[in-house]
This record gives sequence, structure tokens and C-alpha cells, in this order.
Amino acid sequence: MKVKSKLIDEPGFNRIITRIAHEILEQNKGSKNLVLMGMRTRGEFLAKRLFLKIKEIEKIELPIGVLDVTLYRDDFRTRLKQPEVSVSDITFNINDKDIILADDVLYTGRTVRSALNAIMDLGRPSTIQLFVLIDRGHRELPIRADYVGKNIPTSVDEEIKVKMTEIDSEDAIYLIDTKED
Amino acid sequence: MPLTSRHLLGLQGVPKEDIQLILDTATTFREVLERPIKRVPTLQGKTIVNLFYENSTRTRISFELAEKRLSADSVNFAVSASSVSKGESFKDTMRNIEAMKVDMVVVRHSTAGAPLFLTKICDANVINAGDGIHEHPTQALLDMYSIREKLMKLEGLKVCIVGDISHSRVALSNIYGLKTMGAEVSVCGPLTMIPRFIEELGVKVIYDIDEAIQENDVLNVLRIQLERKAREYFPSIREYAKYFGITEERLEKNGKDILILHPGPINRGVELSSGVADGLNQIILRQVTNGVAVRMAVLYLLGTLN
Repeated sequence: MKVKSKLIDEPGFNRIITRIAHEILEQNKGSKNLVLMGMRTRGEFLAKRLFLKIKEIEKIELPIGVLDVTLYRDDFRTRLKQPEVSVSDITFNINDKDIILADDVLYTGRTVRSALNAIMDLGRPSTIQLFVLIDRGHRELPIRADYVGKNIPTSVDEEIKVKMTEIDSEDAIYLIDTKED
Repeated sequence: MPLTSRHLLGLQGVPKEDIQLILDTATTFREVLERPIKRVPTLQGKTIVNLFYENSTRTRISFELAEKRLSADSVNFAVSASSVSKGESFKDTMRNIEAMKVDMVVVRHSTAGAPLFLTKICDANVINAGDGIHEHPTQALLDMYSIREKLMKLEGLKVCIVGDISHSRVALSNIYGLKTMGAEVSVCGPLTMIPRFIEELGVKVIYDIDEAIQENDVLNVLRIQLERKAREYFPSIREYAKYFGITEERLEKNGKDILILHPGPINRGVELSSGVADGLNQIILRQVTNGVAVRMAVLYLLGTLN
């Protein structure tokens, strides 16, 4: 495990959030019907950042929730380690809303698939729009993101490490080599 | 971190971390139960048999709902409508059921040790839903969950179990579980219903219900099991109610806001007066809801072990 390169630093991180917030508002013609939903763990903080940015731009506080998709995963029978579950925290009605679903890295698309199922069990939103900080390719399902921070083509031996000050020491994104040498 | 055992036979010897994990996981499922669609696909494809050799409403329905809400396929087995009434042995019945490829078995039996026996003759994960006067671990777990939900902790709390301690599997599981979690446990009841040497489990014995109310933060009031010949242990039900029944007057006299649990079904006017049973400081119905969440947690943690 070694760091190959730092892809994004703190100012870059902030610029992405600013741009995405504007893109979301432009795409949805304002913020009227929007709700934010972050996927544990880092998606939760990304949603919070978007919340603050949109508040700054539009002077409005959007409903914000946290989604835990562990119970909807498709790898219970194949994984060796039992995943830890935690609680979803969505206190508002999502029917007929436009949901902005936030996650840090889009890879195989399986987590997003679980999230879609989890959301459908909570209600029937008007649209679900996906925001990811990094799209690293290698999709296994027909899933795409609506808002992408940065496209980083990777190999399967590489890993993307997103750090956020809410739980890490800095805002940054690293490309990591997982190959043993 | 997964559980250290692939069965849940009792709480005796279950490490603190395991109990903690079950209670924490139950919080997740508590949230699922509040949703409009109370179902998650987690145990899809798993087959669970509910083997009930003894009557039960609450526990059986609770397990059944927990299984359905995790999307498992569940089958119910009631002894009265089965080949057991034709004389088939417990072992043969189980072998036959296992041949139908089941992943988990939830068992209630009037003989202590029946679930342990099952683990030796089949490969499925076994969950004890009450075996004789031995243990009833999921009931104790939901009691602990309900206490923790209300008082935010278990460690350092003083909990008294009231009633027929000798014949209660709920009492024994509660004692093991609560002690492991760092609570101070006492028991209270007529002398004839307190087993000898109970102090060896690190439990204090109180014979006066007023003293029990004064000294404790929580009372877990057990049902007087009239079907198990409980009447032979005290002169009359009226006398039991007079000396050990929890009434509004008694609570008022002691001037104390105490948390009262009851595993149900309640004998109104015996261990609890009707007024207390309906009272606001009860979490008895909350316990029932929590029971489903706790059982979902146990099924999830055992069912997804590889």
C-alpha cells in the first residue's frame, strides 16, 4: 500500500463542492423540491457540505438525511467479514421529491444499487440524482452519476482514498497502489 | 466484529461484546420497524424453522415477524399438528426437517437443554426461544434493550427480578445478561420461589417488595406461571397479590418513579394491579415492539455469519 499521487487538495475539494452545488441548482431550476441524502460514511459529510453551500447560495435549508445501505447489500453470502450495520436517519417524507444522493467514490455501482432499493422502500421520489466525488470506472451494473467531481480512470490494483476533515485530518483525495511488491 | 458463537442457546458465558453488538444492531432494526415498508432483503434465501414444542403467542409471532421482515423463508411447526403426536422422537423430527435444507432453527421446548441437543445433531444455527426452566435469551436481551433505551445505560443500574425465580427461564437469562453488562441484580419473591444457592450467581435476595422498590432502579416483574403449578408454592393467589403484587398504592407509598418491565402475558390483579399494568410508566408494549427488533438483530448476526 503506497500513495501514488494526491489527486485533489483542499482548495480543489471546495471548488468541486461549489461547482456541483451550482450544477444541481441549475439542473433543477432552483432548490424548491430538492432533498439531500448522504450515504454513510463520507457521503453523509458530502451531503452536509452541499447543504451549507446551497444555503449560502440560495439562503434556504434543504432537508438532509443519512442512508445506511448495509441491509441491502448483495454480498452477504460471499463476504468473509460480516458488515456492521448502522441506522438510517431520514426524518422527512421523500414522496415526489427530487433526491440528491451523495457518495464519495463510484466504482462497481453495487452500493448505489443497494441505495436505490433502500430509497424505494422509504417512498416514491420524483427523481433520484447521483452525486459522486470521484468516478473511477469499472462499473458492473448499468449505473451512472448525474454530477461528478472528477473522473479518474483507475486500474483494479488502485484504490481511491477520500479524506474529509469531519473524520480525517484533511480534505484531500489520494490515489493508492494496493499491489504487493 | 461478528458474534463469537454460531448459536444462541443462553446468555450464560456470552461475552459482553456479543451482548453489546446484539443490542446495538437492534437499534438499526428498530428504525426499520418505523418505516412504511418494514422489510429489508438481508436474509433472502435463508430458510428458518420455528420449532415450538410449547405454547407461545408473543415469542412465536415475534420471531415469525422478525424472520419475515428480514425476507427469510420461515416455516412454523406446531407440535399438536405434527407427527410428534404419532410418536416420532425429537431427534427424528429434527433430522427430517434438516433433510429439507434449513439454515436456522428457532426452538422452544419444555425440556432444559433441548436447543443444545439440537446443535449436536444438526448443522443449522440454533436459537433458543425458551427451554424448560433453563434460559430464554432473546427475552432477556429485549428486556435489557428496553432498559437501556429508557435509562440510557445498563452498567451500574440496580435491577430486581420479582416473582417465581425458581421456575423462570426469563429470570435466569436476565441474571446472566445483566450481570455481564455490569448491572447489580437482586431477586424478590416468596421464600418457596427463590432457588437455594441463588446467591452464588452474585445475586442479592430480598423478601420484602417495598424494600425492593426502594432499593432498585428497575423492577422486572415475572408472570406467576399458574400452568406450572405455581399455586403449590404459596397459600393463595390473593395472598401473593397482597405481599408481592405491584399496586398503585404501593408505588405511591414508596414515592418513587421506578421502571417496571413485564415479559407478558400479565395476570392482572396478581403480580401487577390493573391500574399499574395500564399505567404510563410501563414499557410493556414497548418491550413487545423491541422484541421484534432484538430478534431481527439476533437472526441477522447469526444468519450472515460465514
